[in-house]
Amino acid sequence: MKLTYTPEQQSFRLEVREWLAANVPKEKLPTYDTKAGFELHREWERKLHQAGYSMVMWPKEYGGRGCDLIDWLIFEEEYYGAGAPGRVNQNGQLLLGSTLLEFGTPAQKAQFLPRMASSDDMWAQAWSEPNAGSDMANISSKALLDGDHYILNGQKTWSTRAIYADWAFGLFRSEVGSKRHHGLSFLMVPLDAEGVTIRPIKALDGEDAFAEIFFDNVKVPVEHRIGDEGKGWHVAMATAGFERGLLLRSPARFQQPVRKLVQLYRDNKASADRDPSIGVAVAKCWSDAEAYALSAYNTVGRLNSGAKIGAESSLNKVFWSELDLLIHQTAMNILGATGELLASGSLAQEQAYWLNGFLFAQAGPIYAGSNEIQRNIVAERMLGLPR
Amino acid sequence: MDFTFTEDQLMFREAISRFLMTEAAPEKLREIWETAEGRCPELRSSMATQGLTALSIPEADGGLGMGDIAWSLMTQELGYYGIPDSLADTAYVGAGLFSALGDDVAGKNDYLTKICDGELRLAIGHQCSPLVADAHLAEVLLLQHGDEVHLVPRDNIDEVVNQSIDSSRRLSQVTWQPKPETCIASGEAGAKIWHETLNRGALSVAGQLLGLAQRMLDLSVDYSVQRKQFGKAIGSFQAVKHHLADVAGKIEIAKPVLYRAACSLENNHPLTDVHVSQARNFCSEAAALAARHGLQIHGAMGYTWEVDLQMFMKRSWAINNTWGDSIFHQARVQDYVLNSDADLAPSKTFEGA
Ligand SMILES: Cc1cc2nc3c(=O)[nH]c(=O)nc-3n(C[C@H](O)[C@H](O)[C@H](O)COP(=O)(O)OP(=O)(O)OC[C@H]3O[C@@H](n4cnc5c(N)ncnc54)[C@H](O)[C@@H]3O)c2cc1C
Repeated sequence: MKLTYTPEQQSFRLEVREWLAANVPKEKLPTYDTKAGFELHREWERKLHQAGYSMVMWPKEYGGRGCDLIDWLIFEEEYYGAGAPGRVNQNGQLLLGSTLLEFGTPAQKAQFLPRMASSDDMWAQAWSEPNAGSDMANISSKALLDGDHYILNGQKTWSTRAIYADWAFGLFRSEVGSKRHHGLSFLMVPLDAEGVTIRPIKALDGEDAFAEIFFDNVKVPVEHRIGDEGKGWHVAMATAGFERGLLLRSPARFQQPVRKLVQLYRDNKASADRDPSIGVAVAKCWSDAEAYALSAYNTVGRLNSGAKIGAESSLNKVFWSELDLLIHQTAMNILGATGELLASGSLAQEQAYWLNGFLFAQAGPIYAGSNEIQRNIVAERMLGLPR
Repeated sequence: MDFTFTEDQLMFREAISRFLMTEAAPEKLREIWETAEGRCPELRSSMATQGLTALSIPEADGGLGMGDIAWSLMTQELGYYGIPDSLADTAYVGAGLFSALGDDVAGKNDYLTKICDGELRLAIGHQCSPLVADAHLAEVLLLQHGDEVHLVPRDNIDEVVNQSIDSSRRLSQVTWQPKPETCIASGEAGAKIWHETLNRGALSVAGQLLGLAQRMLDLSVDYSVQRKQFGKAIGSFQAVKHHLADVAGKIEIAKPVLYRAACSLENNHPLTDVHVSQARNFCSEAAALAARHGLQIHGAMGYTWEVDLQMFMKRSWAINNTWGDSIFHQARVQDYVLNSDADLAPSKTFEGA
């Protein structure tokens, strides 16, 4: 056990730190849940890519730097530590990208990964359907093979940022009459294809954060299928594992708000200490975020030496989503009467940061597979309890 | 950046686990609980034969020369099997204390050799607690008097022995007179020794709590698969599943925190205090939840003397506040986070090593 960085890792950190210090926009970018904000984020992603930092752990040929996962954790620590903008294309880069690297054909990797790394293509996830939420195997959207094309019909929902994205990926029923997780195929669909209609859904904050996608005889070439015909479930489970596990939620994503939370507490100590449980909660947030980081380094070590993560990614998901709630609830408790303010007024920059975070934290136990479902997975697959 | 253990450390853990599984089975523990002393000399000496008492004794004194990192594994086994013995206090905490003494301290190496051979029983009285565990059996006691460390033969103390909710534990109130001839360290050196001793003790408690949590989880999983209600195993009910999944979550998150603390202690990391207290807190939470949910899942059976769960549950409650109680360890972490001016940037997790 040696919990120190190598000189190479340290110099990588410094290099990233310097670049970020010089390049992170001084003014906070507007939310990417608006058209204008989304495009400003795309600009930032391009800049990141030009400097070689958009997907540090991808192979060089696909627009990455060939770093290992420890370097990625270091990169993330610096990225969040510098207060850099949220990553607008993470569904593509982190979830689909990882899936393509594992299951994609050489042609698919060459076609999709470089454009994803540069954010020339932005991606949306299209799993959920009106009757397939937690019960994802209940998918009824169809993709019927017709020569060298699939013909798609049906509806997806809750697809984050689909109204601004260029592509979507998800599961479709490709075998007529098949049931549950059999007969599904994993497809990538251009959202400007004929027959695709996208209808925005306003999220809690009133922004068009997610959308419904309707497919009306949409033609998609067979080459856009990842994995074998009818075997999409297996591929999708790997993608879901990336989403619940580390890739989507690196520890720094929570350590940075905790650092701000401690500052918020220190700045409001006299008033916060009227309730001693606030200090307790702040310290717990720090401790939990740090434990999550330790656990990430531990997991990455195991991954680097060839292990696979299984149901642990479900434990991860429950942990980070509950931590995110605690961080933001604690901040709201410290802010007290001003916590409800939107960013528009005179007071409200810091308040809005916490309020937005608070709102989004409410969704954590629901998306990426609800926490109830994650607990079932842990109980059945890790502890061996009967179904 | 490497969280892995050496082959030696893992093999040793495996061997100890196999040994304790048979030698310290629950029936055997129940027998020991019934004895007046709550201890079994044969068990102690067979653990010594397995090499446990030699673990952290320097190789020069005939030991295996492993350190805190190895103990973070071994204490989990002691917890998992609910060993009715203060072996960790002697062979880990006590051995660490002796090793830290100056070489001019008379008899230092003899004591280390005796610990190594499993021949010495000692008890440690630290100011973090008014009670001294196992004083009733100790040949010698290591007692704190301010910054001074005293090595006191048992004949020189008066003790009032108390029983614990854990039937194997005996805790004494000790009265004694500090004398120059029993003082083996003082001043800055003494203060440093007590400080490290407390951290070793707390790490040992953390490891044992984690082992206990795992044992309670395993017992509860087994029970939930066997016990049927409404025509099926209770483990198929979602409320039961979620209780158990939450315990598994607490255990998983505590592990790397424990290992980091051990690594910091072994390498004199400047934040060792914070890391050790953090580990104690996470392991303590895991054990508390494993006990609470474990009892709930066992139903009324869980509230009886009859099922094995009670032994591990009571051990976890009993040791939870030893080597610094919950308030102490929570406060150490809180002071650092809230009242120091430490920079808590995401990049700081491993800094200062
Ligand atoms: C902010 C946000 C972004 C999202 N982004 C996307 C996206 O980009 N792409 C996409 O495809 N989807 C997305 N989703 C959808 C998300 O994946 C689903 O909301 C989620 O899987 C839950 O499905 P549901 O909403 O249909 O809830 P339901 O399945 O109807 O569940 C409702 C409640 O019942 C509980 N429940 C259901 N079944 C069980 C069971 N067997 N045992 C115990 N409890 C159960 C659930 O845990 C939940 O509490 C997003 C959701 C949110 C909130």
